[in-house]
Amino acid sequence: MSEAALPPTRIALVGNPNTGKTALFNALTGGRQKVANYAGVTVERKEGFLTTPGGRRLSVLDLPGTYSLRARSPDEVVTRDVVLGRLAGEAAPDVVVAVADATNLRLVLRLILELKAVGRPMVLALNMYDIAQRQGLRIDLEGLGRELGCPIVTTVATRKRGITELAEQVDALVESGALATDNAWHEPSAAEIRSAHRDAQRLLKAHVRPPERPDTLTGRIDSVLLHPVAGLVILLALLFLMFQAVFTWAGPPADAIEGGVAWLGGLVGEWLPDGLIRSLIVDGLFAGVGSVLVFLPQILVLFLFIILLEDLGYMARAAFLMDRIMGGAGLHGRAFIPLLSSFACAIPGVMAARVIDQKRDRMTTILVAPLMTCSARIPVYTLIIGAFIPDRTVGPGLNLQGLVMFGLYAAGIASALAVSFVIRKVFWRGAVEPFLMELPTYKLPSLESVLRNLWLRAEIFISRAGRIIMPLMVLVWVLSTFPGPPPGATDPAIDYSFAGIIGQALQPLFAPIGFNWQMVVALIPGFAAREVAVAALGTVYAVGDAEANVGALGARLAEHWSLATGLSFLAWYVFAPQCAATLGVVKRETNSWGWTAVMFVYMVALAYLASFVVYNVAVALGAG
Amino acid sequence: MHETVGAPVAPAEVGASAEGLVRLSQARPGDHGVIAEVRADHATEHAVDVHELERRLLEFGFVEGAAFEVLHQGLFGADPIAVKLDDMRVALRRRDAADVWVRLEADR
Repeated sequence: MSEAALPPTRIALVGNPNTGKTALFNALTGGRQKVANYAGVTVERKEGFLTTPGGRRLSVLDLPGTYSLRARSPDEVVTRDVVLGRLAGEAAPDVVVAVADATNLRLVLRLILELKAVGRPMVLALNMYDIAQRQGLRIDLEGLGRELGCPIVTTVATRKRGITELAEQVDALVESGALATDNAWHEPSAAEIRSAHRDAQRLLKAHVRPPERPDTLTGRIDSVLLHPVAGLVILLALLFLMFQAVFTWAGPPADAIEGGVAWLGGLVGEWLPDGLIRSLIVDGLFAGVGSVLVFLPQILVLFLFIILLEDLGYMARAAFLMDRIMGGAGLHGRAFIPLLSSFACAIPGVMAARVIDQKRDRMTTILVAPLMTCSARIPVYTLIIGAFIPDRTVGPGLNLQGLVMFGLYAAGIASALAVSFVIRKVFWRGAVEPFLMELPTYKLPSLESVLRNLWLRAEIFISRAGRIIMPLMVLVWVLSTFPGPPPGATDPAIDYSFAGIIGQALQPLFAPIGFNWQMVVALIPGFAAREVAVAALGTVYAVGDAEANVGALGARLAEHWSLATGLSFLAWYVFAPQCAATLGVVKRETNSWGWTAVMFVYMVALAYLASFVVYNVAVALGAG
Repeated sequence: MHETVGAPVAPAEVGASAEGLVRLSQARPGDHGVIAEVRADHATEHAVDVHELERRLLEFGFVEGAAFEVLHQGLFGADPIAVKLDDMRVALRRRDAADVWVRLEADR
């Protein structure tokens, strides 16, 4: 029997949030990771593989962080069900690795006592042990291990220390034939939680000597970052810096990608005979994919900020500072993180809403997340602003185009707050969920984990561009190429195509908001993904133009659209649910077509209303 | 919005007050002491039932005997508050903190 035929030993990492569990997972498994979803839910399933010094193959699951097996959020339900072996399609782990922040043992000890009741063989990894040592915290490993009845390994995941020892301990535990005992876990009552706290307290007193030099850095940083006024100012400055960076840092690489794709398209075009195939590949595929990939730099810059702030421990502070402001609109302070992610893309934003453990707060957050200006709107905004808003300085450091862009972002935020306020009044009748959140100690992010995370985001975006957007670009090309114009036709060929026919048929519906039929055509594929609208406009206005680029397209739009129409199109894009993928994720996350329909309808209604008002006001002011 | 801040203590709770206990929701930054009792009652209206709130507070370490210090509060309505709880820091809203009774200690 070959070694590969043996099923790997299954281990699961369980711990509180912010204990460096994912860093430990990365240190254990290196690049050998698979990211997917658990069957039936959209909780990210991270599995990695390694071979222990003893030659045993391990499969490692990085389970979502939790304070208790008494799960309250979908993430925590997965952790509980995997540990209990209850999750369909997921065998119970052979060994549970409890991951603890060595400097913050109190809460995790209570979780470990719960895990012990489950009865699986367990190893305790005391992570961040270097920080504990630096603080002069003394832990009697032997005594604590004896009382907990499990081996303890000290680790420093960010420096890959203790990783081999951890693998060896898992080896030894499996080797010794330790078997799962009966599961005695049940949902603890308040009295049982108190009693577990007392046990944890006793263990701490007996085996842990408090630090001689406790961490004061976090407290000192917090006195600035959580200062009622200075803290908010710093948060706003950070957000401002973030959006500036999205536009300035991403510029050169975006230009390079755009140029590179156009060059490749030209190169391929020379090899192909003139005709339909060349048109499909150059005008359909290359132009389409290029117009999407060009936004990869912006998405990466945005995610870089989000990942850095999260790893630093700042995100919880941002949630603290924003809680009251968001709470006024009926949102949870924690909704700040999903909403901020939604600036990159509503999909990770909607999924990140899982960190909110209260159903109502989570629903509200999901419903308004797509109102935040996602990066897929940036291409549309950039195109229209470039075409219609003069590039003019209106004050020191203030550019009119930048100001309009800021206004669009602000409109998204303001409407998200307003809508969540209405949702709370209409659907929840004002009930407010509790808000409890740990403020983790500040930590320097590890370069490796930031890069790994960033790479993951890039992969997701590229594969999405590949799987959703490429086929759509071909579809748009087909719709706008066939049927060909009759002989002797004088109008542009697209006028005679399917796209033209559909656009002209639907146009009367959109006439009150100033859309012409070419725009309506672009909206159709734009429902699959917002950024597709740019490529679709390119196709609709510049079919046959192999070098279709954003600047030239902007010029074409400026010729064909009035200012009022351009502004109306911008207003439409602030609100419209132009993204099938988001709707799909909302359906999965809410597990309800009803909520998905609510979102779709309210967003279309808002979009139509906003465009109607903007268009008519602009026309009345003479911009028609 | 946060009707618990500075709310007068209801007659039924005077007994607790007489023991020198106050609600954590009434504490100001710098106040410190020991958690005396976690007792979810109907002081505020919540979307979860009182027993669930009590368990959540307990799971975050708001448990009898834990040392605490109020560190920070938000700009608007002095809400939420950041509390140092033994070795960790927890943020919570004053309305949720109302169910935690504490014994304040004099400045060190």
